[in-house]
Amino acid sequence: MRRMAGIDVGGTFTDLLLTEADSSGVRVRLAKVPTTIRNQAEGVLAAIRAAEVAPADLDLVIHGTTATTNAVLERKTAKVGLITTAGFRDVLELGRRTRPKPYGLFGTFEPLIPREWRREVPERVMADGAVHTPLDEGAVAEAVRALLAEGCEALVIHFLHAYANPEHELRAGAIARELWPNPYVTLGHALLSEFREYERGTTASVNAAVQPILDRYIRRLQDDLRAQGFARDLLVMNGNGGTVPAGLVVEAAAKTVMSGPASGVMAAAATLAQSGLTNAITYDMGGTSTDVALIAGGVPEVSAELTIDYGLPIHLPMVDVHTVGAGGGSIASVNRAGMLQVGPESAGSEPGPIGYGRGGTRPTITDANLVLGRLDPARLTAVRAGVSLDAIRDAFARDLAGPLGLSVEEAAEAVIRLGNVHMTGAIRMVSLSRGYDPRDFVLFAFGGAGPLHAVALARELGIPEVLVPARPGLTNALGCLVADLRQDRVRTLNRPLDGLDMADLRGVLEEQAADALAMVAEEQAEIEETTILYGADMQFRGQTHLIRVALPSREIDRATLQDLFETAYFRRFQVRLPEIRAVVVNLVTSVIGRRTPFPLAALIDDAGRTDLAGARLGTRPVYAGGAWHEAAIYAREALPLGAEIVGPAVIQQIDATTVIEPGATAQVDAIGNLRIRV
Amino acid sequence: MTSLDALTLAVIQAGLQQVCNEMDIAFSRSAFSPVIAEADDRSDGIYDRDTGALIAQGEYGLPVFVGTMQYSTGELIRLIREGKVGAPEPGDIYIVNDPYLGGTHLMDVRFVKPVFVDGALFCWLQNTGHWPDIGGMVPGGFSAHATEVEQEGLRLPPVKLFKRGAMDPEIFSIIASNIRVADQRIGDIKAQAAALMVGESRLSDLLAKYGPETLDAAITEIRARSAERMRAEIRQIPDGTYTSEAFVDSDGVVNEPLRIALSMTKAGDGLTFDFSGSSPPCRGPMNSVVATTYSSVYLAVKHVFPDVPINAGTFAPLTIHRPEGTFLDARYPKPVSGCAAEVSQRIAEAVFLALVQAIPERVTAAPAGTSGNFALGGFDPAKNAPYVMYQITGGGYGGNAAHDGLSNGCSTIGISKTAPVEVMEQYYPVLFRRFALREGSGGAGAHRGGFGVHYEVELLRGEARASFVMDHGRFGPPGVLGGGAGAPNVVRIHRDGETITPLHLSKDQNIAIKAGDRVEVMTPGGGGYGAPATRDPALVARDLRRGYYRDDEAKDLWGSRS
Repeated sequence: MRRMAGIDVGGTFTDLLLTEADSSGVRVRLAKVPTTIRNQAEGVLAAIRAAEVAPADLDLVIHGTTATTNAVLERKTAKVGLITTAGFRDVLELGRRTRPKPYGLFGTFEPLIPREWRREVPERVMADGAVHTPLDEGAVAEAVRALLAEGCEALVIHFLHAYANPEHELRAGAIARELWPNPYVTLGHALLSEFREYERGTTASVNAAVQPILDRYIRRLQDDLRAQGFARDLLVMNGNGGTVPAGLVVEAAAKTVMSGPASGVMAAAATLAQSGLTNAITYDMGGTSTDVALIAGGVPEVSAELTIDYGLPIHLPMVDVHTVGAGGGSIASVNRAGMLQVGPESAGSEPGPIGYGRGGTRPTITDANLVLGRLDPARLTAVRAGVSLDAIRDAFARDLAGPLGLSVEEAAEAVIRLGNVHMTGAIRMVSLSRGYDPRDFVLFAFGGAGPLHAVALARELGIPEVLVPARPGLTNALGCLVADLRQDRVRTLNRPLDGLDMADLRGVLEEQAADALAMVAEEQAEIEETTILYGADMQFRGQTHLIRVALPSREIDRATLQDLFETAYFRRFQVRLPEIRAVVVNLVTSVIGRRTPFPLAALIDDAGRTDLAGARLGTRPVYAGGAWHEAAIYAREALPLGAEIVGPAVIQQIDATTVIEPGATAQVDAIGNLRIRV
Repeated sequence: MTSLDALTLAVIQAGLQQVCNEMDIAFSRSAFSPVIAEADDRSDGIYDRDTGALIAQGEYGLPVFVGTMQYSTGELIRLIREGKVGAPEPGDIYIVNDPYLGGTHLMDVRFVKPVFVDGALFCWLQNTGHWPDIGGMVPGGFSAHATEVEQEGLRLPPVKLFKRGAMDPEIFSIIASNIRVADQRIGDIKAQAAALMVGESRLSDLLAKYGPETLDAAITEIRARSAERMRAEIRQIPDGTYTSEAFVDSDGVVNEPLRIALSMTKAGDGLTFDFSGSSPPCRGPMNSVVATTYSSVYLAVKHVFPDVPINAGTFAPLTIHRPEGTFLDARYPKPVSGCAAEVSQRIAEAVFLALVQAIPERVTAAPAGTSGNFALGGFDPAKNAPYVMYQITGGGYGGNAAHDGLSNGCSTIGISKTAPVEVMEQYYPVLFRRFALREGSGGAGAHRGGFGVHYEVELLRGEARASFVMDHGRFGPPGVLGGGAGAPNVVRIHRDGETITPLHLSKDQNIAIKAGDRVEVMTPGGGGYGAPATRDPALVARDLRRGYYRDDEAKDLWGSRS
């Protein structure tokens, strides 16, 4: 018997998915327990207990944590010192001349390393890597001692143009490591070897600021697991959608930031692959925000230009997940112009929608779903005190229906429609507007609220099909189990393609691949297959934005690369520019160790499946398209494979509710997904 | 309104906004000019077929274009009616940059595309992009010494650059022969046109769904609602007349300050702006064309009430008396290159300083308010190629009721980021000696101003000419409610062991420098808000610990608080 557990810590719940494999097949266990905010390890252990196994029985634990993301967002980070090039200690504070919002002059910014802990030393490397001013090694040692005396726990060494010549950073790092009492020393170029001093330096400062926090957390978790007999491997999720062994995760701690949303996307990619699909827009709607990502050709888009918060870019390759500030808690109101408005204000999770009974008084999208019968008030998991539907209807009448001259149902339906329009706009901006045809995609809906709105959204977007996976509320935990081992390497070249020695290009790719392969080899998890992906970030000379071009191999010739770039550029911008030279800015290599495919069909126990009549729980009035319908209600876990359900219908399961709008048809596919033709 | 209408209205409003946002993104992602691609110095919108009035504008566009583009559309419509410009046909795109026809400066080049439904004109799409060069006496277009518009570059009346979908190679050739680094402009022209195509395609989806009649009715209604929304904001301002003034250092030619005098009157639900008493038209390029003057007032009001949507209705409750006879209403052939980047920010400052008296919780003290344009044109012997380098920098924002001002904030009329030092040094033969926070520059106050930037750049190879168009060199950005002013802008040239300060402080052009010489710039800090004596001593101590101020400075500024 081999047992693997994927455990994801979310804002509200800690989710666990466990597979038990032996000669007779594979079984799956699930658990969902409240997240323990102060010490996430307690919740992790509680989830294992809830699945009725002992840590000693587990062969592999793969863990997704929000410890680092939360630390940055709440600015509860470690005390970090910076040693940098003379004349440039304020780079992290000045940023790039921005303001938080296009309009309005209010708003502030505090860098992760305050000015009193930023020290300059004489040294200067030029853009071509030549040394202009030699490193003052005595000044480095002096700065290190001063920062230690100030009580700094982690250190960043960040010099100008270190991506072109890292010699000074390496030397300063060696001096610092002799004096620094712990391993928390981050060199700017080591995490990403790419130009742009603010972004590279900020990435390094995020890394240092979360290193001690992640280290303490992982140690505590390992200790707690060991104390209960766990003796095997612990892997941790990274934001690139891959995993790394716990022993290696702290060195590049910044890579664990945003790993939660990334694991959801990895689960989606694995589900698509087993469903015979390649293109999806993933749509994970929660209470306060919604995460959207694009999967084309089976591979999630990866970006190295994410921003975690105002002024905090993290330029590490991460699954390109865009967060939209709208969710079930978005508040609906009539504004001063007498127009219906949904968001940007949100009731969040506290007080939350009126229906949560936690003191919320203003109508939200979730409340509109309750009024229209799309959600069953008896089944809300987040409810504290029962709230009567009448109280919600009263709020709709007072705030919306009265001022707009609508019935309560019309107002609630208008709220959902307008919320969907905003959502489709946001989804388009980050996905389809990059030159994709919506008819080639499915909308992959998960999260608590995703399946509620997906059919309507798909119609609005022109996407023909919605896919709701077997466990929409456990997708991140599934992502842990299906995630590959992954190592990414980025190096800036910034040379015109026609002047580039293709042997140099091959040399860099070879070096990157060898380095990343060595790291993957250190990871002990079972790997079925190792893949190396090569890419080039390119642009036309004179441009500043980049396009990532996938390379078929590192043995690529110039003409092929030119052609691949032009094709990618045309798809994105519908413009051809034969007049202008192409430039290779960065080379990117990713080594991916693929694990055994996860048995998705086991996510819903076959024993519980009956026939369509047996799965039918009854009917409920559901309001849609301006009228009440008597909609059939089904239990998801009881639906037989192959079952077909014609809307209007509502399909309920513990972790989500799926609404099949009138005119849409859902089918349960061979591995238990709901596939809805909209 | 029927039940359907409340929803349709909101959905169409979001749909129109989406069309503009997608144009904005398409334009900057594919543009070549770093000013557009990196600095987002561009804007896209939808305009009324008969009047040119603004229907919707992208949320990611440059604020200074918030009002001007509707005037250039209006002028185009007038010229077509008068038979001076050819009538629109499907696939046409007009190009225009004439400042006096509803424009800003010559570098802001507009493309205007008609959208037809069943053979009838439905609306206009327009975008503006800041081209890195448009000819004229200095690279980049910001001549500090020009005395007539012809010296500032190529001026294009509306002409069809694209005819029935195809670019006219002859018109393109005229343009390419009159601007510098012309080879990359073809990329920008294609990007600018492609953005309008994206807009047309998205708009036709909306038209197909709702039909032109419903869309027309919704547009009219949205405009009325936006006006109502702005009136509701204005009603919160106490009735009265509020006066303020702001000064441009000089016009670049005559070394005397130019005064903007504003008398703002709030009565009922309207706001009236009267700039009479401002300086007369000037000889140098610090004149503003009237479209830019109007737009500057709009963007300032939008900064104070950021939640109101942008369309022609939003600004209906604002009455701006045309400032005839002043430098805020320049006529041909007055030079205008400084209007979009600098004069506009002084106008906005005057509006802030009037409004802060009326609603002090919602307005900040004066922000740095200069784009900090520094252009270096030269020849790089190592690359055997000419280059034009632009450096823009931010400055401190004003303190406000809630907190200290932001440091290195973007110009109020822009949203443009500066290029990283590492990128500048990769592309140009320069070495930055420092790029630092300008200590001591934030104006004192209960909440102090944010800090400006202090940079110093050395020429590594060959020779070059430096030009500057900045402002606030004579007087720092004012504090309010007892707060002190931010530090004024400083420019210094270190040449052959000597230090030269431009006669006009913040404006000069074609200063010759050679390898080893350095240019040093210190940008303004923001104004302080409230009496310094009321500042939290813990914040004064923190600022000292961080080295934001020296001990003696702090004693002067905060007295016993330090």
